[in-house]
Amino acid sequence: MEGLNIDIAALKEARCWRGFEQGRWTGAIDVRDFIIRNVTSYDGDETFLAAPSARTLAVWAKLQPLFAEERRKGVLDVDASTPSTVLAHGPGYIDRDNEVIVGLQTDKPFKRAIFPAGGLRMVESGLKAAGFPADAAVHEAFTKYRKTHNDGVFDAYTPEIMRCRKSGIITGLPDAYGRGRIIGDYRRVALYGIDRLLAAKREERAQVDEMWPDDEVIRTREELAEQMRALAELAEMGKRYDCDISRPAETAREAVQWTYLAYLGAIKEANGAAMSIGRISSFLDIYIERDLREGTLDEAGAQELMDQLVQKLRIVRFLRTPDYDALFSGDPYWATECVGGTDMDGRTLVTRNSYRMLHTLTNLGPAPEPNITVLWSKNLPLPFKRYCIKVSRDTSSLQYENDDLMRPYWGDDYAIACCVSAMRLGKQMQFFGARVNLAKCMLYAINGGRDEVSGEQIAPASAPITAEVLDYDEVFAKFDATMEWLARTYVHAMNCIHYMHDKYFYERLEMALHDRDILRTMAFGIAGLSVVADSLSAIRHAKVHVIRDATGLAVDYRIEGDFPQFGNADSRVDDIACDLVSRFMAKLRKHRTYRDAVHTQSVLTITSNVVYGKATGNTPDGRRKGEPFAPGANPMHGRDNHGWLASCISVARLPYADSQDGISFTVSVAPSMARRDTDAAIDNAVRAFDMYFGQGGFHMNLNVLSKDTLEDAMEHPEKYPQLTIRVSGYAVNFVRLTREQQLDVIRRTFHSSY
Amino acid sequence: MREATGMVEVGSRYDLRTNQAPDAPETEGFEGPKETHGWVHSYETGSTVDGPGVRVMLFMSGCFLRCQYCHNPDTWHLKDGTVVELSHGIRRLRDFAPALRAMGGGLTISGGEPLVQLGFTRGMFAAAKQLGLHTALDTSGFLGHRADDDYLQHVDLVLLDIKSGDPDTYRRVTGAELAPTLRFAERLNAMGKAVWVRFVLVPGLTDAPDNIRKVAEFVAPMKNVEWVEVLPFHQMGAFKWKALGLDYRLADTPTPTEAQVQAALEIFRAAGCRAR
Repeated sequence: MEGLNIDIAALKEARCWRGFEQGRWTGAIDVRDFIIRNVTSYDGDETFLAAPSARTLAVWAKLQPLFAEERRKGVLDVDASTPSTVLAHGPGYIDRDNEVIVGLQTDKPFKRAIFPAGGLRMVESGLKAAGFPADAAVHEAFTKYRKTHNDGVFDAYTPEIMRCRKSGIITGLPDAYGRGRIIGDYRRVALYGIDRLLAAKREERAQVDEMWPDDEVIRTREELAEQMRALAELAEMGKRYDCDISRPAETAREAVQWTYLAYLGAIKEANGAAMSIGRISSFLDIYIERDLREGTLDEAGAQELMDQLVQKLRIVRFLRTPDYDALFSGDPYWATECVGGTDMDGRTLVTRNSYRMLHTLTNLGPAPEPNITVLWSKNLPLPFKRYCIKVSRDTSSLQYENDDLMRPYWGDDYAIACCVSAMRLGKQMQFFGARVNLAKCMLYAINGGRDEVSGEQIAPASAPITAEVLDYDEVFAKFDATMEWLARTYVHAMNCIHYMHDKYFYERLEMALHDRDILRTMAFGIAGLSVVADSLSAIRHAKVHVIRDATGLAVDYRIEGDFPQFGNADSRVDDIACDLVSRFMAKLRKHRTYRDAVHTQSVLTITSNVVYGKATGNTPDGRRKGEPFAPGANPMHGRDNHGWLASCISVARLPYADSQDGISFTVSVAPSMARRDTDAAIDNAVRAFDMYFGQGGFHMNLNVLSKDTLEDAMEHPEKYPQLTIRVSGYAVNFVRLTREQQLDVIRRTFHSSY
Repeated sequence: MREATGMVEVGSRYDLRTNQAPDAPETEGFEGPKETHGWVHSYETGSTVDGPGVRVMLFMSGCFLRCQYCHNPDTWHLKDGTVVELSHGIRRLRDFAPALRAMGGGLTISGGEPLVQLGFTRGMFAAAKQLGLHTALDTSGFLGHRADDDYLQHVDLVLLDIKSGDPDTYRRVTGAELAPTLRFAERLNAMGKAVWVRFVLVPGLTDAPDNIRKVAEFVAPMKNVEWVEVLPFHQMGAFKWKALGLDYRLADTPTPTEAQVQAALEIFRAAGCRAR
């Protein structure tokens, strides 16, 4: 009997894999090998692209009133009584007759689910803010019978960590909700089907069964058991949608559908801050090319598949709290999808389907999700580079990251989690760690460890600086010591968080779509880099007088003279910024991490630069109390006053080797007023990108819009339902930002493009 | 001459042209103390319209003209700028050089009038050429005679602002004579030096068809002129006039309509110019 089963499975695979070049991938789980052997690079232009189909438009029309109502009302609906799992909700549809790709998070579009295993408080305050009652049975279950991740973390936190959390020197830690930033290799489900993936997991498990059961071995066994359970449930969920995902996908439609169902399973299981989808376009292109060859699909049909997939990705929703929204505004979930890049031999991985993914922004209009990320290489085909620039100009919905910089680190089958975090698909995950407020850290150094706003002692007490004028060497020595303390406390907190997250809120489905033995990174982060660099520059190059309150607390600064400011390609201050990145990284690396994860760091704030700024007093660079920080690695608003080129060069200098979780840079360019043909403008933009990334720049969020447009959108949001703007590492609907964040965006430097 | 001084109070520190400013520098031999220093108003990176590729723009201070539509009146006076060592200027340029090379761009010196400070700008252009950059001189041409052949050897492109074809209009616009600019244009033509001619279209001031046609007919036969660029007048410099307490005569002048711009372009094209 068993022999017969294997034959049937082999026959199925042969049918599903017809026309593909065989290789390592046929014998082992190796999606990269499949892509490299079968992908068809495309170096033509966009003229082949098709308009949205009637079915796509019909589905879209059904969703429009819901989008509008959500903008008015906020949360439309929540199932408050059913904790979300792969199988918690029955199948849901928008417009069954016209949906080519199916699957919803719950049984209805825009109906949000709850994830109490992450933290019950988060669920209940989210419900309250949205105007829905909490469910008594859920409350009882998760207070009496089932401990949450959130409870676990707070059992392990120390009073010192609690103080840091409260003062805002460490913020945004994933200690009350899903950590996210894990990308299941959702393509595996399409390429192999669940049965084959289960067989591979069984093999991995059998090896671990041979090992002596120390902590790690026992944990691995339990995790593998959970992973297999999740895969079986995913197959069951497929059945409910009439999809037999136990076998590989046989057609392009199935490949898109299977991949999406795998992703859907993941977002039913976890509510991570960032739930990225990976790098699927060029993988799916292989199936589309086969169907086009076989004559079973045409271009309009291929575009329809991608449009409908993207429609689904645009209506992912999680229930968040007002605190969370203040950090990350506009309901982001970072369904990040990477297009472009090249393989290890320098061949482009741009396919026709990379174009189709970008073209969804035209067919469906601009939108923040999926967070489309162009992996820029100097070897990308010129027509593709030009097309990306055109899409950016028209939609402000793309971000760009440096493939030539990342490929040596992560190979040619990595994707971006969230905004800027690269990871090899199926072979690497990260322990997400938000960020620390480096500016506050500097103020603690000046004030002997007391918080400049509350006056409370947060860091260990040390002698405050008492001089009337700040001395660079004195400040720096104290700052260095305070960073030392902060780094230690930060690693400490992260170890507690991820120990508990693995224990109580393990992402069993996402991890089932990884190899057993993976690289784990622990991703730390810093905020306020340009504030600190400019402050230190002021202290060194100008004269900074300290103004203290009655208790001796330094609360303000008076600057005498000019000083170089970050963002002007001036090495006198850029070197300070680079040193800060490397210095803090070195301090983090001193402390052992949970599961021996590799330390990484990002210079990224998303929209939290507003919240960090709000919690931080006056700084020695002249920034006023409460004023937002610059986002990510950006120069402070308006201080990069020698044009975008100088600004780019400064940011490109920051060392990726010491910031391997990414360096975020957002540039806003006013639409060209020059009366020049657009072709020349696009060529110049292409050259500017090649230059910036050639200089070592990591990331570029490009906005092409004017201040006037944004100001008008603040006054008349109804006129701009789809106005999309890149903030730090992601895009948002401008009209869904908080008012403070809108003002922050408007205050940022707008470079004229002449 | 007299007519134009009405814009600037005689003897004010902005009345450089008439040499009556209280702290007016010598009008000859500015390069002196000696080519190692220059008065620089500011610099800007990222322009894509002042020469090929992406440019670093260096704005020198000091100009002899007093154009009614000037959008940088804060660069008229030499001492509106700050003193910068040539070696520092070159060092800063070097910071941008790899990026500029990668973008097929280079250095454009504007102002003010770059030819006021011949020594400093000569040094900057020479350094830019050594760094492998394209160089462009943005000038009114009024002081073109000062740029000797050695100077121009470091300049790849001249952005020559011919503000008017009619000498009387030119005088009204700038307070100076047109002839030196035309002589400079002819010299550049004889040398075969690449030129983009610029013409600022100001309704009611420079837009008389005859005035435009004179420029067009002068330029049309010149093989070295790659482009004629019609720049529509704008009001973005108005605040500077106000801040400097100057009498801004164009406060009520509208920016040209698209139709007016097209009409001007048509005159250039009809004469045989490649215009944009």
